[in-house]
Amino acid sequence: MIIKVLGSGCANCVRLEANVKEALAASGIVDATVEKVTDYADIAAYGIMSTPGLVVDERVLVSGRVPDAAEVAQLIASAR
Amino acid sequence: MTIVERLPETKSGIGVVSAAAVGAWAGAYALNERMWDWLLYDRIGLNPDARSVSALHFFLYDTTKIALLLTGIIFVVGVLRTFITIERTRALLGGKREGVGNVMAAGLGVATPFCSCSAVPAFIGFVGAGVPIGVTLSFLIASPLVNEIAVGLLWTTFGWNIALMYIGAGLTIAIVAGWVLGRMGVERWVEPFVLKQNLLAAANAGAGVESRMSPQLRVRIGLQEVREILGKVWPYLLVGVALGGIIHGWVPSNFFAAHAGPHNPFGVLVAVVLGVPLYSNAAGALPLVQALADKGVPMGTLLAFMMSVVALSLPEMILLKRVLKVPLLGAYTAVVSVGIIAVGYLFNAILT
Repeated sequence: MIIKVLGSGCANCVRLEANVKEALAASGIVDATVEKVTDYADIAAYGIMSTPGLVVDERVLVSGRVPDAAEVAQLIASAR
Repeated sequence: MTIVERLPETKSGIGVVSAAAVGAWAGAYALNERMWDWLLYDRIGLNPDARSVSALHFFLYDTTKIALLLTGIIFVVGVLRTFITIERTRALLGGKREGVGNVMAAGLGVATPFCSCSAVPAFIGFVGAGVPIGVTLSFLIASPLVNEIAVGLLWTTFGWNIALMYIGAGLTIAIVAGWVLGRMGVERWVEPFVLKQNLLAAANAGAGVESRMSPQLRVRIGLQEVREILGKVWPYLLVGVALGGIIHGWVPSNFFAAHAGPHNPFGVLVAVVLGVPLYSNAAGALPLVQALADKGVPMGTLLAFMMSVVALSLPEMILLKRVLKVPLLGAYTAVVSVGIIAVGYLFNAILT
């Protein structure tokens, strides 16, 4: 599974990345890679306009807010 | 376990919790002054006539009051904002011409949730979807300029007419500034990669829009918003209330009226020049504005100060530099500053 965090590197994107890592650890998922997408052209290609964005296996799940670790875990579970 | 995680899962549960929270909030707001009276005067036995004691009382009372107001306003605004997304805004603005488009964009800029780190993706997304650059700029200017939290604070402190004046002035500046910039043929000052973006963005448009949210999720987002914004603004709030208290208690009552009153032609200019680098937020500016209003500084000057504090920020300019070339950034800053100054003088002329 490839998880991408979209965002320029502002506080919200950093928090989302931390929440993703926490969610992965809590759910015991080891076969996932977390990537950061910081280039604006690449972010725009996902069709979202508000960061941070959470993309799991190329599907945009959240944009414009920071879900907490528990919600991220739920989202990842339902995307699998 | 945080409050957010303890929220009940059912609709009726959310209703009960919300009603209890509204009651607790209203009770705390109503009892705020009496609570500090009781604690400082009756319980600790301080002398209410001593200047330092009354300053301490003011500080505690005002900090509590503004913190409560902020909590309520941010929560309500946060929940309401879950009903509108920036992607939906873009769909509404697509195909709109300049003029009508500028007016709509300014209005939507106020309503749409939007953090300044999203300024660049929003700009790319709008322009890529064919929204004219001037219309996009109206959106980007209105969003910070007419700050809902500032509106709420002005309304509760000075009444609805001042709040409406602030909204009207902000919208006018955003509409006119966006239109003027659009007329200047600003395409040449936009980084070329933005204009190449349309095909990609159009193919993916609408991806990631959370169309249906549960009431629990909306409440949770509102609470997260409160925690996050209060966590960020509390130092500004404390400094603002402290400065407000000092002005309130120690500055002679005719000092500001004499130096920054309606008869000083430079009053508004000075307010804006002071306000821009002070970039903080409405929470810190309001106690200052309130204290200055008591000392006879005219409302136009104060609204101009409030707007310059919230509207033009260096961090946002640095972000926007990724998509806008320096001449356009300069024009953007200049047009918005001129607008704020003009509004200040206009209101001073009308209100005095």
